[in-house]
Amino acid sequence: MNQIKIHEASEVSRTNMSEPVIDNPGTRTPLLELRGVNKTFGAVQVLHGVDLTVYPGEVVALVGDNGAGKTTLVKSITGIYTADSGEFFFNGAPSHIKSPKDASDLGIEVVYQDLALCDNLDVVGNMFLGREKLRNGLLDEVAMERLARETLAGLNVRTVKTVRQQVSGLSGGQRQTVAIAKAVLWNSKLVILDEPTAALGVAQTSQVLRLVRELADQGLGVVLISHNMNDVLEVADRVACLYLGRMAAIVDAKTSSREQIVELITSGRSAGIGLAHAEHVQI
Amino acid sequence: MTAPVPPDPTMTSAAARAEPTLAGQDFSVDTESLTGSDVIRNYLQRFQRGGDLGLFPALLALSLLTVLFGVLRPESFLSKFNFGNYFTQAAPICVLAMGVTFVLLLGEIDLGAGYSAGVCAAILASRLKADVPLPVALLMAFAAALVMGALVGFMVAKIGVPSFIVTLSTFLSWQGILLLITRDGGTIKIENKAIVAIENKNLSVGVGWTMFVVFAAGYIGFSLLRVLSRRRQNVATTPLSIVALKSAVLVIVGGIAVHQLSAKRGNNLRGVPIVVPLVIGLMIILSFVLGRTAWGRHLYAVGGNTEAARRAGINVARMKMSAFIVGSLMSCIAGIVLASRLNSVDPQTGGNDTLLIAIGAAVIGGTSLFGGRGRIVNAVLGGLVFALINNGLPLLKKIHGIDFSAAGPKFIVNGLILLLFASIDATSRRRAAAN
Ligand SMILES: Nc1ncnc2c1ncn2[C@@H]1O[C@H](COP(=O)(O)OP(=O)(O)OP(=O)(O)O)[C@@H](O)[C@H]1O
Ligand SMILES: [Mg+2]
Repeated sequence: MNQIKIHEASEVSRTNMSEPVIDNPGTRTPLLELRGVNKTFGAVQVLHGVDLTVYPGEVVALVGDNGAGKTTLVKSITGIYTADSGEFFFNGAPSHIKSPKDASDLGIEVVYQDLALCDNLDVVGNMFLGREKLRNGLLDEVAMERLARETLAGLNVRTVKTVRQQVSGLSGGQRQTVAIAKAVLWNSKLVILDEPTAALGVAQTSQVLRLVRELADQGLGVVLISHNMNDVLEVADRVACLYLGRMAAIVDAKTSSREQIVELITSGRSAGIGLAHAEHVQI
Repeated sequence: MTAPVPPDPTMTSAAARAEPTLAGQDFSVDTESLTGSDVIRNYLQRFQRGGDLGLFPALLALSLLTVLFGVLRPESFLSKFNFGNYFTQAAPICVLAMGVTFVLLLGEIDLGAGYSAGVCAAILASRLKADVPLPVALLMAFAAALVMGALVGFMVAKIGVPSFIVTLSTFLSWQGILLLITRDGGTIKIENKAIVAIENKNLSVGVGWTMFVVFAAGYIGFSLLRVLSRRRQNVATTPLSIVALKSAVLVIVGGIAVHQLSAKRGNNLRGVPIVVPLVIGLMIILSFVLGRTAWGRHLYAVGGNTEAARRAGINVARMKMSAFIVGSLMSCIAGIVLASRLNSVDPQTGGNDTLLIAIGAAVIGGTSLFGGRGRIVNAVLGGLVFALINNGLPLLKKIHGIDFSAAGPKFIVNGLILLLFASIDATSRRRAAAN
């Protein structure tokens, strides 16, 4: 039963990969829409009028140099920081996210770079941490185990062999996989990943990117922060380039070159797109 | 001639190449039932990879020590009287070690746990002496434990003082309170029959065997139910052969123990000491709480990775508070057992080496001082090891001019044993990390 589903799902993901995923973003309601987000820390303004839209079923890569404000933007979305001004819409409705709990209630999950897994618990324990399934007040191990397995299988995860394995024994890619699967277990709609492949080797990076793609193919919105242009061009549908706290441009990954994106990252503009007079932008 | 196809750098092909071998058998390990040899192989693997020795060292130590003392002093050590005595010696250590385990699981420590046992015992004894009814006196002792635990928990969790410092201070303060209650070194006698009975009276032979049957049947019944229910729901489970093996070992060892304790071992002295079912009961309840409730899962999570637990929405401060409170309530029970054993409370109750032996017991049973790893059975087995040493050593009397019944050699041997176990643990972990 399960196995049939897996094969179907992997077929779907493969065809989707070779075809453009977003047909026409303009006609659909964005999952997340930010307008004019400003954020200052004391006297330093870190985000300047940032706009961003994420549609269901797409991967938006968020790129920018060190200190461009990517993490700050993500933390403003997830309620760890509150933006000074700016409008937030989730599924078309104005929303006020004041705490991480508000964000997770809306269906926004974050996979942190440092993973946040407990080494001494197994895969099931980690995936359900803080939201354990109970039966008669006791842990319902069987239900959690099955749901964990189904979630992983549904994401075409083939590298984690048993969900009863302690996380301490997993490789970096497998751990990242568990962290991502944990984020999608909760009917999440938007998954934000902060440099999920930073510490991974080639094979493990490809596993994780495949999983990232799978999330979008299942209709979730994905924001992927990355410094790696290979990853970005491979998996993203659109690329949002932050330059010194300003959104320089959001370009289509299929029609943009690596050089163009690098230029946007380093100077804020590239051949007619991007910030006007980027060199004079003040922080 | 076609140009050679360049290696495709995209992930799709890399992933596709890796897939076929695994496809179609995902998570088969989780659904196929294991065999007995699988379980043994898994244990060995866990031992090799994670350096997790489990209960093995403690069980080995128990057997070796029994053989050692049995060979050196067969008449006294192997006597039925000593066997009964052994359990009453082990009980307070085991209870205190179980309590300390909760705090250790968080990676914290409670140096005041021994004297808080003493304070609770002193409150109970002094109230009983003032003719306060037993239930009220007990309630007061437990209330004091609650307050002491909450205070330590508050200082650690809310104020953020390291538990080592907080409990170093309570180690002194509780000792001071104990001195005040016992009026500077006095001894409070305990006359209450029920309290005295805990460590000094035995179950009748019939009740002892009934208890044995109830515990054994309960264990076998629950294990079987669990296996069958997991099987029915198609999730991997311990094979029946392993359940049968464990049950058989338990029934045989337990049966021999009850049989020995049921024989006459002194003037009118026979039967299982009352404290034994108390310790077993506590062990079952606490294991259940740690293993089967969300609270227990969260305790392990906080001990394993506090930040991850916090991000998962677990209230870390509340977990710390509650762990110190549970530890303190267990100290109270340990204090009552100690008081019962001596028929009295004095400024040494819960003092001396009591606490360090309890922490040592948890550690040699396999509980980590860094948090996140350990079980209740570990504490009980560790307690049994220490109790065995302290039971056997005095019986050795003089060997080569060293008097093993004196405090000096006893302390040295206890210290060395703790060091030995800690080294075995560290070595196995380092070897595992190097693999
Ligand atoms: N809590 C804070 N207080 C003051 N300044 C901050 C704070 N957090 C971030 N900043 C500043 O905001 C700017 C953007 O930081 P941010 O962490 O968002 O960058 P980033 O794009 O995530 O960089 P990286 O690629 O290195 O992760 C930096 O100049 C940083 O110094
Ligand atoms: Mg960052």
